[in-house]
Amino acid sequence: MSLRDSWRKCLSFPFLSEIVAILIAFLLGSLVLLFTGYPPGQALRALFRGAFGSRNAFGQTLTQATPILFTALSFLVSFRAGIFNIGVEGQFLMGALVAALAGTSIKVLPFPVHLLCALLAGGGGGALWALFPAWLKARFGAHEVITTMMMSYIASYFTSYLVNYPCKAPGWVAQTHPVERSALLPKILPPTQLSFTFVVALAFAFFVFYFLFRTYLGFQIRAVGLNPEAASNRGIPIASHQILAFLLSGFVAGIGGAGEVLGVHGKFVDGFSPGYGWDGIAVSLVGRLHPFGCVFASLLFGLLRAGGMTMTRVTKVPLDLSLIIQALVIVFIAAPRFIRLVFLRRKE
Amino acid sequence: MSLFSILNLSLFQATVRMSMPVLFAALGGMFCERVGIVNIGLEGIMLNSAFFAVFATYLSGNPWIGLLLGVLSGVGWGLVIAFLTVKYYGNQIVVGTGVNVFGLGFSAFMCQRIWGSRGASESVVGLPLLRIPALERVLGENTVFVYLAFLLIFLSHLFLFSTHWGLRIRAVGESPQSADAAGINVHGYKIVFVVVGSAITSLGGVFLSLAHLNFFAWGMTSGRGFMGLAAMIFGKWTPLGCFLASLLFGFTDALQMRLQALGILPAQIILLFPYVVTILVLSGLVGKAIPPSDYKPYEKR
Repeated sequence: MSLRDSWRKCLSFPFLSEIVAILIAFLLGSLVLLFTGYPPGQALRALFRGAFGSRNAFGQTLTQATPILFTALSFLVSFRAGIFNIGVEGQFLMGALVAALAGTSIKVLPFPVHLLCALLAGGGGGALWALFPAWLKARFGAHEVITTMMMSYIASYFTSYLVNYPCKAPGWVAQTHPVERSALLPKILPPTQLSFTFVVALAFAFFVFYFLFRTYLGFQIRAVGLNPEAASNRGIPIASHQILAFLLSGFVAGIGGAGEVLGVHGKFVDGFSPGYGWDGIAVSLVGRLHPFGCVFASLLFGLLRAGGMTMTRVTKVPLDLSLIIQALVIVFIAAPRFIRLVFLRRKE
Repeated sequence: MSLFSILNLSLFQATVRMSMPVLFAALGGMFCERVGIVNIGLEGIMLNSAFFAVFATYLSGNPWIGLLLGVLSGVGWGLVIAFLTVKYYGNQIVVGTGVNVFGLGFSAFMCQRIWGSRGASESVVGLPLLRIPALERVLGENTVFVYLAFLLIFLSHLFLFSTHWGLRIRAVGESPQSADAAGINVHGYKIVFVVVGSAITSLGGVFLSLAHLNFFAWGMTSGRGFMGLAAMIFGKWTPLGCFLASLLFGFTDALQMRLQALGILPAQIILLFPYVVTILVLSGLVGKAIPPSDYKPYEKR
């Protein structure tokens, strides 16, 4: 094999453009650090140590990856049906709130039943929050990018109102009462926050995969997303399939929010989500809009969040560096042709 | 103070003022969409320009230099978006999402680096008031932005509907194939007007940080870029329509501030107001909105 052939073989590696995009994002992130007078090597070392350096650090990475995996799967389900559900954050928050209410107010149910009820209630809350934009799109053709975005802002103010006034537990912090023990998801790796939620998230990744790629309904939904005209000609009802995908997307996001409340925090704390919903969009794209890709991508973003916290504590580099790197990953992933033509010099 | 005492001339003036950021975003988004590019990144562009305007003013002490750098940052983002979406056929909505995340992360990062707090910057000198006594009676005391906005609405209307460039812009959006066949440089038009649109949008960010508050605050655009998109759709992609729709958003924003000052409802409930209105506007009030383009990337043959 000549050198040229082996280079070409190297370039046909399936995830090359994603990996290059991630590397460029880290490189540009380091440049930002360099120009603003922070030591990039030290910062990145602290970041990776905070993500993998010890058992606890790794547990922290998995904990941070969990909600992001849910939101990524949520976004993925809608995207595959041609819906751009950018308001995952809102559905995530509503799911968390409803789960917290179910977890605190129901007192008679025993452990697994109560937990299941609270989880499903969370999923229902998320789906309900997605129902309105779905209906608006079907009925009026209102573009979901704007309506779901507005619903996210509404969810964040609305939940904040609820935990500041009617549902507030006594004390200084704006939060609900703690969830009953019978509704809590057990912790896996004390003293870290890692809980059984992570396993649920992995199960959901498999569920989403099975649904989209191994069932007839999933196939139809993907057909609607890929080519609405062709799907319509084959007799697939586009509107109802899109609404279904929208609701399912909201359901998954809601379960994610419920998982955070029932597994990690044990209550709904005002502003507990640092934007997991937004991360999910990026993770979904980095994972090439495939459930298993999302698992790996969510680990990457979990690493950025968990490591970012250590980096901020040790080197005083602002946490927002993680956000900058994420944004760069999104931008470069969005234009694979840019990566291929400019950095890999590969013709189409 | 009763509920009705807040409905007065000063509420009208606040309405005009608060419609400015939404209006600039709507006009900017309109230019992008007229050439067939959906610019979801308006929010990030505004936030970045708000930061750069304060940053340059902080360094130089001159708000006009702040205005200049703010607009230049808009031009820069316009170039990035235009090249990635037009030349490399990147997904427009994904690129825009990236720009929004970057705007939020970068401005907070820099704010922390320069002023030691990611929440807010130090106060800087704002842009001076532009004194036009005849108009001040009605519009109140304003900076250059309000007058600039009126000029911009007028000029972009003339430009879009009464010049041959405007005709070409609309052709590029509506039917790139025919535009190309007629010898119009489709990619060139797309790139130039995405940049123009982004620059106009950045004026909205500069307004927020140099005319409205005189400092930079974390996430200070709070969804106004998206409201701009909604206003653009509500205004049926015309400058005049964008203006009228923005006035509605400005009104909800102004009213929201008055209601907060009255203190009869919790802040969170009042803050919901503009977002609810946006959704209502997009549903019942719009009717069928027919976009000026199908927004598919155009590949030259």
